[in-house]
Amino acid sequence: MSTDSHSTSAMADLTPIVKLSAVNKHYGPLHVLQNINLEVTKGEVVVVLGPSGSGKSTLCRTINRLETIDDGSIEIDGKVLPEEGKALAKLRADVGMVFQSFNLFAHKTILENVTLGPIKAKGMKKAEADKLAMSLLERVGVANQKDKLPAQLSGGQQQRVAIARALAMRPKVMLFDEPTSALDPEMINEVLDTMIGLAKEGMTMIVVTHEMGFARKAADRVIFMADGQIVEEATPEQFFTNPTSARAKDFLGKLITN
Amino acid sequence: MQGYLSLWDQYGEKMLSAFWGNLQLTFWAALASLVLGTILALMRISPVPSFRAFGTAYVNIFRNTPLTIIMAFGVLVLFGVFQVQFNSDFDLNFFQIAILGLSIYHAAFVCEAIRSGVNTVPLGQAEAARAIGLSFLPAAWLVILPQAFRGAIAPLGNVLIALIKNTTVAVAGSVTEISGVMKEMLEIRSDVGILIFFTIAVLFVIVVIPVGVLTTYLSKKLAVAR
Repeated sequence: MSTDSHSTSAMADLTPIVKLSAVNKHYGPLHVLQNINLEVTKGEVVVVLGPSGSGKSTLCRTINRLETIDDGSIEIDGKVLPEEGKALAKLRADVGMVFQSFNLFAHKTILENVTLGPIKAKGMKKAEADKLAMSLLERVGVANQKDKLPAQLSGGQQQRVAIARALAMRPKVMLFDEPTSALDPEMINEVLDTMIGLAKEGMTMIVVTHEMGFARKAADRVIFMADGQIVEEATPEQFFTNPTSARAKDFLGKLITN
Repeated sequence: MQGYLSLWDQYGEKMLSAFWGNLQLTFWAALASLVLGTILALMRISPVPSFRAFGTAYVNIFRNTPLTIIMAFGVLVLFGVFQVQFNSDFDLNFFQIAILGLSIYHAAFVCEAIRSGVNTVPLGQAEAARAIGLSFLPAAWLVILPQAFRGAIAPLGNVLIALIKNTTVAVAGSVTEISGVMKEMLEIRSDVGILIFFTIAVLFVIVVIPVGVLTTYLSKKLAVAR
């Protein structure tokens, strides 16, 4: 176990929910994350932008240790991510994750998808979990599909269920790994609207996306990554109107011409 | 024809009761190898390196050892040398040793069939299970295996078919079963030798064909929609 040397008391509120310190990761010879430092405070919405292969998805996935890191440290609410086992599972329960490919449990109904975590990972009673799940499904607008299997839903509906499934764990932070990249254009907005709603309610969010509109509307801070490094960090307003780095200018320029 | 009918008069009951023995061997060995094979498959996909190494070693050793040798080992070494006795009844003891041998051998194949089923489950399913805070065993038991089994029905059916036919090897473990009776019949009733072979073959075909049809049907019906 890691030693919990964190000092609590008066500092508690300022403890970042997510803190990455000097994180490095290699895929073979590729240095995919280079000395990443990032702090996300409670209620903050951070949008991570960048070209493909810049390491933004990897960054997102290291935060609940779906990807391991070579060195540096990652803390969730003041606790260093454990290596493996029960302690890691427990910490992961505090971190909601929404995937590009939804990853709903294919053999379980929509309702079961949402209740599985609360019942099996948190020991919640089934009746209570059902109630919680229904309120969340209601909120993301798919309550009427509760008895269907994931394959019977549209992509947008599946992704909203995935959001409800993550929320059912009452996470301290939500990670979104390109949540709209696998969706048909007409379904992107229903998912983004759900996410904007979450952001407004004060959920701490880290969102990897190519949706500039979402970044403008919902982000408190934009992080621009390229070649495994955080190249620029700014408010959305600043980033979109007046990017400082050449890399970001180039990236934004290509978006506009498209 | 007359000769063949008299074969049935002479051996009919013995043949059927011996074949019933094959079916009983099949049933218990199928059950035990399914349990053991599932545990082995869990070991082979587990995050613990020593479990993975054990699972791999088990599969490689028992899949590559002839069943006859495992059977003979059970009787000659387990029972003969180490006096391992599961049952005070002599015949029943050999019967149980045969089930053990069949299970140990087929568990290796069951493990690999289930692992092929695991490969039909997208990696994202495991990631999603881990992301909601499930550790390895609950994630495997609640998310991966239920889908893996559905994807493994056809290969598991193949293992079951092989097992049904391999119960004849129990003759090497001194169990009264159909191939032992066949040998006896061939010696005494060589006048209908070809028909004896044919009869035994038909007995197996009657059992094996429905298994094949059923597993094909189930693998389609229970396939996970993605």
